Amino acid sequence: MIRVEEARFDVGAELGAFGAGDARMGAVASFVGYVRGAVAGTPPLVALTLEHYPGMTERQLAAIEAEARARWPLIDTLVIHRYGRMLPGEPIVLVAVSSAHRQAAFEACQFLMDWLKTKAPFWKLEETASGAQWVEAKASDDTAADRWQKSAS
Amino acid sequence: MKLRYFAWLRTRIGRGEETLDPPAEIATVAALVAWLKTLGPGYAAALADTRLVRVAVNQDYVGPDHPVRPGDEIALFPPVTGG
Repeated sequence: MIRVEEARFDVGAELGAFGAGDARMGAVASFVGYVRGAVAGTPPLVALTLEHYPGMTERQLAAIEAEARARWPLIDTLVIHRYGRMLPGEPIVLVAVSSAHRQAAFEACQFLMDWLKTKAPFWKLEETASGAQWVEAKASDDTAADRWQKSAS
Repeated sequence: MKLRYFAWLRTRIGRGEETLDPPAEIATVAALVAWLKTLGPGYAAALADTRLVRVAVNQDYVGPDHPVRPGDEIALFPPVTGG
């Protein structure tokens, strides 16, 4: 399931409900990304605003989810990504995957986050006391996503 | 065609979306971006370094040689930074 929404979500409630009651499930792996308020050597963050491209966001996330399901034997997947203004300590994104065994769950969870970081159309605007600035993309995110590329056959 | 701009491309161009009718010879993404640069200083500033411009046609990522047609929804934006 893909959810793109503005409201804050409850991490515990979402993970508790995910896959509950499915007897095939042997493992859930999850990742939660939070708004980081403090980075050494930079002014403290006041707020983070996520802009996105409605329509394309859902379309890209659905494609990423379908790719994960094609690569690993997954039972269920959940991707929640917020947009709008949020404060340090609030969750931004949650990815959870369930499978019969841990290996597929771990790998698929990492794959979903790596691909989401480079393909889902979201942009972060950081607010500090000295103003607002768009976050620049990191080359390391491309490197992380690239390692999932299948070699051409 | 409908143009959409996001993040700092939006703020530099000064609007989030608009409908434009480029000349008929504008047939590819690369030609469209080159034409947009001529529309004003905001466009020129936003599109100065095309290595930082990602393009989606009808909500799918495309390269510079991809065709553009009347009726398309074409989005220009910087590399994504979600997650």
